[in-house]
Amino acid sequence: MPVTGWGRTAPTSAHLVRPRSYEETVAAVRECAAPGRRGGIARGLGRAYGDAAQNAGGAVLDMTDLNRIHAIDADGGTVLCDAGVSLHRLMEVLLPLGWFVPVTPGTRYVTVGGAIGADIHGKNHHVSGSFARHVLALELLTADGEVRVVERGTELFDATAGGMGLTGIILTASIQLQRVETSLMSVDTERATDLDDLMARLTATDHRYRYSVAWIDLLARGAAMGRSVLTRGDHAPLEALPTRTRRSPLAFRPGQLPAAPSFLPEGLLGRTTVGLFNELWYRKAPKARVGEIQKLSTFFHPLDGVPHWNRIYGRSGFVQYQFVVGYGQEEALRRIVQRISERGCPSFLAVLKRFGDGDPGWLSFPMPGWTLALDIPANLPGLSVFLDELDEEVAAADGRIYLAKDSRLRPDLLSAMYPRLNDFRSLRARLDPHGVFCSDLSRRLSL
Amino acid sequence: MKDAFGTPQSLLVLGGTSEIALATARRLVARRTRTVWLAGRPSPALDSAAAQLREMGADARTVPFDALDSESHEETLGKVFAEGDIDMVLLAFGILGDQARDEGEPMAAVRVAQTNYTGAVSAGLVCARALQAQGHGSLVVLSSVAGERARRANFIYGSSKAGLDAFAQGLGDALHGTGVHVMVVRPGFVRSKMTAGLAEAPMATTPEAVAQAIETGLRRRSETVWVPGTLRVVMSALRHVPRPVFRRLPV
Repeated sequence: MPVTGWGRTAPTSAHLVRPRSYEETVAAVRECAAPGRRGGIARGLGRAYGDAAQNAGGAVLDMTDLNRIHAIDADGGTVLCDAGVSLHRLMEVLLPLGWFVPVTPGTRYVTVGGAIGADIHGKNHHVSGSFARHVLALELLTADGEVRVVERGTELFDATAGGMGLTGIILTASIQLQRVETSLMSVDTERATDLDDLMARLTATDHRYRYSVAWIDLLARGAAMGRSVLTRGDHAPLEALPTRTRRSPLAFRPGQLPAAPSFLPEGLLGRTTVGLFNELWYRKAPKARVGEIQKLSTFFHPLDGVPHWNRIYGRSGFVQYQFVVGYGQEEALRRIVQRISERGCPSFLAVLKRFGDGDPGWLSFPMPGWTLALDIPANLPGLSVFLDELDEEVAAADGRIYLAKDSRLRPDLLSAMYPRLNDFRSLRARLDPHGVFCSDLSRRLSL
Repeated sequence: MKDAFGTPQSLLVLGGTSEIALATARRLVARRTRTVWLAGRPSPALDSAAAQLREMGADARTVPFDALDSESHEETLGKVFAEGDIDMVLLAFGILGDQARDEGEPMAAVRVAQTNYTGAVSAGLVCARALQAQGHGSLVVLSSVAGERARRANFIYGSSKAGLDAFAQGLGDALHGTGVHVMVVRPGFVRSKMTAGLAEAPMATTPEAVAQAIETGLRRRSETVWVPGTLRVVMSALRHVPRPVFRRLPV
């Protein structure tokens, strides 16, 4: 059946397999390795935007039935669980015990396996690094059908963290957790009037916050270019809660609205609607507010409130573009923001963040610097050429593009962006000489 | 693999000297396409077309292919697919014939029909099966407005394109949900060597415009593309014109 990523572009057809045990997974991988087959790739909850969890003509292993939590060390704060467990499930189970996942992206609906495969980052990257940095060990089913225990610090671990599922299938992982007193967030909000103001504020005070991100209005032009809303905060301590909530400080009840319908037309998110939205979003944000208590889901995962929100882009889907450029390359960032704003890309989910130190994964995305992520309707005329031009800017500034979001990068730029790509390729050639694990992404970019 | 905008990395052109096909290939090579197979009868024109694409940086190769020799299609095209995935097949071969002569020479008329229709049926089916096995790809079929409603002036060519058009539409429906996308392209009068010397019809277009429409169609995953787009409206009106009137129209 046809499969796409979250961006709903470039559908390809694959044989969907849904293993319910480790034995079935091993059997499925053996099947993928049979002559004449087109390999397999693990898929979690399908939140990668591009073609990372698609495998045209081959098998796609939906791992979400392997979703047991095996053991929780409530004192030391570690959990051992199957790779198909979602971060949502982990939060439900762990928050009442006073623990939280070490890193969460903008959605709770990703699996642990996917989080390691894409080596995801969150609003706390400048403090805590990427997800895989908190993984102590994992069990990996490799192309030969063996299950290997992979410890942190080994070559195979670093290839698997951010390896987009191409080293094998992660079966279980043990993860170091983050201690929290409450399930609520204490959030400081402030507005920045333009890009320079934003960068100055982030640079000056980011270190005071565990979590930090800025929503940026990429449609604003001229003097207002880069105007943004900074939301930064930390887990609220118990004494910060109002008395009523203090009785059940660790309750986790994310609300949910009705799902977006599947018949939405194209072009709902044009320059006018997004411009209007951005204007309102900016105006409604307080100029400066300190210590507001917010729900976890409001702070981290606002879009999870609308299931299937990706449908609002209509049938041709959308493209996510996320890049990072190092500190010292602020000029490149400014040029790119200016080009996007001048071109009027209707993006309402654009965020800017400062990364901390890079992560050991060979294909891990984060590096110390500025990262900007934006979404654009895929049917925007000329978008393909425009994004290629931005790639050139990013590559010239020694930056890189995030593979978990990519669906269109020109393959020859990749090795400059990921200097350890050749190590990755040779490890894969050793570990998986017949290419049992492959995806549309790996074919497109020759990973 | 195709990217989010439907731009292929590898392209197989059936009818490798077609001007529309080469304009499309040039356009796609300038974007993402790296591998191009030009299938056609061996000729200096085919070789120079490949050379031109190589100059643009593509890995362009030629492969001998004869639309009239349906029996050979399976083997010839099978070899191409065995070398690696093909993201897009452009079925571009076709001949116009000479209506006035062909009406008096049935075998010449049959040759038009065999090239444009039966040749395309066998090549199309071979490619469709290969694309289905790889789970992705676009089959772009060059039809023509002439196939939308047969005209007195070129009904031999028109009927062959009508057959091809119906075949491609049906194939598209058969492949719906398999990851393979079939796109029917219906250009109007295209100024090219095939139409050199003919009186230009209204709303004439160029190979480059058709190429651009194909690129847009790939991005939108369109099933039918008219070039120029206004032909869609014009033809839907012409389709309903009564026969006695249509016969007299100067089209």
